Amino acid sequence: MDAAVTVTDLVVHRGPRRVLHEVGCTVPPGQVTGLLGPSGSGKSTLMRAIVGVQQVRSGSVTVLGRPAGSAELRSRVGYVTQAPSVYADLTVRENARYFAALYGRGAAAADAAIADVGLSDAAGQLVEELSGGQRGRASLACALVGEPEVLVLDEPTVGLDPVLRVELWGRFHALADAGTTLVVSSHVMDEAGRCDRLLLLREGRLLSDSTPAELRTRTGSDDLEEAFLSLVRETEEVAA
Amino acid sequence: MTTTLSPSLTTATAGRVLRQLSHDHRTVAMLLVLPSALLGLLYLVWSDVPTRPGQPDTFDRVGLIMLGVFPFVVMFLVTSIAMLRERTSGTLERLLTTPLSRPDLLLGYGAAFGLAAALQAVVTVTVATTVYGLDVAGPLALVVLIAVVDAVLGVALGLLASAFARSEFQAVQFMPVIVLPQFFLCGLLVPREQLPGWLQVVSDALPLTYAVEALQEVGRSTEATGTMWTDVGVVAGAALLALGLAAATLRRRTS
Repeated sequence: MDAAVTVTDLVVHRGPRRVLHEVGCTVPPGQVTGLLGPSGSGKSTLMRAIVGVQQVRSGSVTVLGRPAGSAELRSRVGYVTQAPSVYADLTVRENARYFAALYGRGAAAADAAIADVGLSDAAGQLVEELSGGQRGRASLACALVGEPEVLVLDEPTVGLDPVLRVELWGRFHALADAGTTLVVSSHVMDEAGRCDRLLLLREGRLLSDSTPAELRTRTGSDDLEEAFLSLVRETEEVAA
Repeated sequence: MTTTLSPSLTTATAGRVLRQLSHDHRTVAMLLVLPSALLGLLYLVWSDVPTRPGQPDTFDRVGLIMLGVFPFVVMFLVTSIAMLRERTSGTLERLLTTPLSRPDLLLGYGAAFGLAAALQAVVTVTVATTVYGLDVAGPLALVVLIAVVDAVLGVALGLLASAFARSEFQAVQFMPVIVLPQFFLCGLLVPREQLPGWLQVVSDALPLTYAVEALQEVGRSTEATGTMWTDVGVVAGAALLALGLAAATLRRRTS
């Protein structure tokens, strides 16, 4: 099957600094691909390039066979930024209904998306009255409401309690089983094991593009955190 | 990059902006009451000054023009802050990844605040003519219309200015930069023909000048004049031009 996202030799500069160094990778359709790496490794920049809001120096990003950011992709690709980007002075329901309208969907779709993230009880509350974790889920609901084919989620589980985290990962896999392609970033390695595929980024370079099982075999480590560290050492030895 | 308009998305956006406004009761109250209160202060300022025979009453002259200036200033400020909030909260970046086009977004803002301005103008014009006895020769509906067009101009310039502001501190300082020169040169403080020649040329290029002239026409004539309609057209054109420029400065891809 064709890749949902293909990134080729992507170079991105922010100010004088190069934040992505000729990154190349593919994201298979209908799976959860994890984008893992420490804070500042370029995860958000890569995600912004995939949704087409990042200025790129060179290279290309193709999503569902079209250049990233094409007008035609905007109803097919959903994006949730790291900081919850919803209107704090609207209720959860008003937020979801607005984004539903932008994707040409109605109030029923908005209510379903709110239920999906477990916020039905808080639907009438203003977002500014919610906890950080609830805001994040409200933000997620506003992307789910469009039923996108590709869903790009920047650190969606930060600040969530473990029970909710497990629930959300279950939700992500249910979406993938239904055919949605998910790209989910995280800086906590214990989430890596929940992904079907892993992209490891460090200092703007792609260290690995594999399944968690392949990574464990390759590094001879059962612990993915340990596996990541041995990959870092490996690349530093090559560089030296 | 789409620039195609979708009336349903523009309406959804205008509805969303109005819903945000409606949750903020104090702002709604200030929008509706503040211009009337300030106009009342102006009324008192001139209340003891005798009117010279044959001269128009000063409050009639100044008060009428303030009916056009208030919505322009208020909507400029409200919009530039609202748009800056869209930028800093990340909602703007998110909107740019959805099917919403940039003109849809900007027209949505224009429609929402234009509607708020219409309500404001109805309240202010009613209070001015009944409580303060403001004397207008022409139909009051035209005063409301001009106030709304002025408000839309304020919205459009506010959206444009917010593109150049990195912080709220900068955004609020654009208000005097954009508003005060237009106010000084619009013909209220000094009749335009008494301005130095080059300032007359500058005044000719500023949209508020035409808004003020339109209001003066309504103040003088019992019926709508051709000059008034031309003036309204110029102000509306300037608003559309500013909206177009604002759309052009709204970058989908940022660094």
